[in-house]
Amino acid sequence: MRPGEPGQPCGSGHVVSARARTAVATGRTVPGAPSGRPSRAALHPGAWWLWAVSLGVAATRTTNPLLLCLLISASAYVVAVRRSPAPWARSYPAFVRLALAVLLVRVLFAVALGSPVPGTHTLLTLPEVPLPHWAQGIRLGGRVTAEAVVFAAYDGLKLAALLVCVGAANALASPTRLLKSLPGALYETGVAVVVALTFAPHLVADVRRLRAARRLRGRPDRGVRGLLQVGLPVLEGALERSVALAAAMEARGYGRTAEVPARVRRTTAALTLGGLLGVCAGTYGLLTAAGGAYGLPVLLAGVAAALTGLRLGGRRSLRTRYRPDPWGARAWLVTGSGAAVAGLLTLASVRDPRALHPGVVPLVAPTLPLWPAVAVLLALLPAFVVPREPS
Amino acid sequence: MIRFEDVSVTYEGAARPTVAGVDFEVPEGELVLLAGPSGVGKSTVLGAVNGLVPHFTGGTLRGRVTVAGRDTRTHQPRQLADVVGTVGQDPLAHFVTDTVEDELAYGMESLGLAPAVMRRRVEETLDLLGLAGLRDRPIATLSGGQRQRVAIGSVLTPHPRVLVLDEPTSALDPAAAEEVLAVLQRLVHDLGTTVLMAEHRLERVIQYADRVVLLPARGAAPVTGPPAEVMAVSPVCPPVVALGRLAGWSPLPLTVRDARRQAPPLRARLSGAAAAAHTPAAAVAATATALEPADAAAHRGATAADASATRAADTSTAPGTGASGVVAADSRVAGTARAGAAAVPRPRGQAAPVPGRPPRRVPSGAGRRSLFRRRPAPGQEPPGKHLAQTRALCVRRDHVQALRDVDLTVAPGETVALMGRNGAGKSTLLGSLVGLVAPSSGTVDVDGAVPHRTPPRDLVRRVGLVPQEPRDLLYADTVAAECAAADRDAGAAPGTCRALVSELLPGVADGTHPRDLSEGQRLALALAVVLTARPPLLLLDEPTRGLDYAAKARLVGVLRALAAEGHAIVLATHDVELAAELAHRVVLLAEGEVIADGPTAEIVVSSPSFAPQVTKILAPQQWLTVAQVREALR
Repeated sequence: MRPGEPGQPCGSGHVVSARARTAVATGRTVPGAPSGRPSRAALHPGAWWLWAVSLGVAATRTTNPLLLCLLISASAYVVAVRRSPAPWARSYPAFVRLALAVLLVRVLFAVALGSPVPGTHTLLTLPEVPLPHWAQGIRLGGRVTAEAVVFAAYDGLKLAALLVCVGAANALASPTRLLKSLPGALYETGVAVVVALTFAPHLVADVRRLRAARRLRGRPDRGVRGLLQVGLPVLEGALERSVALAAAMEARGYGRTAEVPARVRRTTAALTLGGLLGVCAGTYGLLTAAGGAYGLPVLLAGVAAALTGLRLGGRRSLRTRYRPDPWGARAWLVTGSGAAVAGLLTLASVRDPRALHPGVVPLVAPTLPLWPAVAVLLALLPAFVVPREPS
Repeated sequence: MIRFEDVSVTYEGAARPTVAGVDFEVPEGELVLLAGPSGVGKSTVLGAVNGLVPHFTGGTLRGRVTVAGRDTRTHQPRQLADVVGTVGQDPLAHFVTDTVEDELAYGMESLGLAPAVMRRRVEETLDLLGLAGLRDRPIATLSGGQRQRVAIGSVLTPHPRVLVLDEPTSALDPAAAEEVLAVLQRLVHDLGTTVLMAEHRLERVIQYADRVVLLPARGAAPVTGPPAEVMAVSPVCPPVVALGRLAGWSPLPLTVRDARRQAPPLRARLSGAAAAAHTPAAAVAATATALEPADAAAHRGATAADASATRAADTSTAPGTGASGVVAADSRVAGTARAGAAAVPRPRGQAAPVPGRPPRRVPSGAGRRSLFRRRPAPGQEPPGKHLAQTRALCVRRDHVQALRDVDLTVAPGETVALMGRNGAGKSTLLGSLVGLVAPSSGTVDVDGAVPHRTPPRDLVRRVGLVPQEPRDLLYADTVAAECAAADRDAGAAPGTCRALVSELLPGVADGTHPRDLSEGQRLALALAVVLTARPPLLLLDEPTRGLDYAAKARLVGVLRALAAEGHAIVLATHDVELAAELAHRVVLLAEGEVIADGPTAEIVVSSPSFAPQVTKILAPQQWLTVAQVREALR
């Protein structure tokens, strides 16, 4: 038989290929795989990120623990009902744990290192470590006051809320999907950043796999020692994979550029550099008292120049986009709800600073201010307007 | 289309060139197979086509490589991306995005194709490779075979004129491999795509190749020619060729079909030989296990095989045993047949427990099993002694029912092959036997212990698993350190592991870094590490992936010797030839359920996708391996 003739071994070829085809049609379709879904993603990933970042901004506007907890709960609810079963969505618990750790560390530091917050309610007195005079201003141990601890807890909770918001964004939309919306000139850099970002989750997966493999070697798969011993192989593996990925990307045309006339290239460079300089100068002007007159126009000109530069730079990039995510009414609603929360809380922090920053000295129980609380509840909107991700 | 002109590649720090004197040309529209033992530089040659060697890997390339008229010296890999599509050995390292559909589009996006074109090609490719149901799936959740198909799809979409594939079917089940190869063939025929691929599983691909480039040894110049000519001299060859060489057929057949045309005289001779051995079934039963390939037989001694052959003949004198082709017609018959099959490989004098229980799908056996359930007896060799047993085992992972009501019993000395398509639950089953996966219901019992509750230190003495990626087991930076650590982990006498390594992997220096070993060498090292604790139950997940025939033959010899010593072996594999050669029993899994469980000959012969080549050629007689035929002709 000449190679390539459709002859199949032993007359069973037809059977085989027919079987295979059925397998493809039925067996290989993993149970629960979506079929006939109208659009790929329920929502533009940028909308989720803007929503989450807005919530983060809102969180920075207040230290009221009740409001912060409400904010965290609202975002957690949205994540719980709207996240997809994809692996990156599983990063949410990790972010929550990180947030908790931050809160704890903040409080522990306040306890161990003291705090500038004056207080009268002494909880306990730690033995104070005398420090040499050059370390003045640093205190180790000593009196721990309730005021200091509460202040640290409020502060830590604010950071924790921020982290949880970032975690929510991660769980709801993979950062890789955001890439698709980057301008062409920034795409290559974006890919590099995202690949660097996925390094961490891969590392976690590797640690899990290798710790499981330790079990096969008869070593305990739990405990800190187990973690340390797989450290080197994990790093090695991650590095190797990065190199392999780089090779694959290179072989698939990553970094291909179009031939651009030298004139355009030079203009691009000049515009981008000049634009950035303009942005710097303009910002400086805006912030100093003297430069009020020239600040704004220079800033705007700088931004315009930089944007033109980016646009021209995009010409060098050959990339086209495959099925870009559409930005629809839902995206507006989600972004709008986030922005509303941020805006209203900012407004509240100006109007009613006392409610949003409950006093520490003297210690008072925080109260839940009514209308900022209602504003925070706006963050729940995506849970109702976004269709469920298929599972 | 691809032209190598006296190319040699020397990697940095290497004393000798990895490949030298490579000089061949691949004309447009041909499918060329790069064959050779592992470690001879096949991947280097493939890497040179798209310029990754030496632009990316470093090293010195002498000579000249041109692809579609572009010299790789002056063209970076990315500038060749529109003419060359490359899929490496590890598909996971290949993915840039995280869903199937985006991955298929990535290459085209880089090349700047129009959105409408991209959309059309993605849909075409999804259908072509049977990926339509997976289009939205995150790549991380795909099984090995699915990943391989996505990787191939992702380089197909830009319609490159040259495809370079490194072991495209190694990780695939037989049906999926057929499908990938059918796709490649269609590309070659309809689109005139040039394909250059390296593959160890020649039995799958040789029939599709227009020409073969054989790299006989490291640094040796390649032999190029039509497949039949090259195969006649090749150190690596598929069973069909081996049988052809054995029978002295000319021209050498490359496909089962060609071989069948020449087979009638051989079949006649074989039926004569079988008649001489009393009943044909006895011969089958005997040879099914007396199957030493000539090279492996040398170190085991032919006497044991002879003795076991007679024993098998004795066992199967019972009337009706000849019906081994009839799938489990009668529980007792099948049971006896299996007892015979399992008893054979045991060397003389060894207490041979009888693993023969009624096959589990026979309804009459159910009552008896539930009786046994009351008395889980890890006691002293009762008639039905098992080494490992799962009962009604169910495993759910990430909302997917990975295993459903799996009942499996493994007896000492028995070799069981788990087969089934990618994602059928083979690895999960192995994982639960070794305690990596906790059952969601049902029980697992390995040598009297519950694996996922047993401390690892005790568990290694009961069961050992060589994972799909053997590298996961290796931590140290030299082979010697690895061995020392293995001895410590297992509480074995110092030097135990090193002795095993020397046996499995002759000629590996102490100071070698495990990463620098070839795939097969790494597997052998991992196997040695696992065997250091002498577990009575040995599990292997896809052991022949990336192994050449020599490494495979060595592995078969080693595993058979282990089974003869009373180790029970369970291997999850797609390699039908390996299963035919090694396994006493085959368990077929589909969607997490056991769909068939019986002696290898029965299961494998009755299935078109799982039948080994020799079976197909010599049907309706039931032969499984070339070694059996060789034995019978003696």
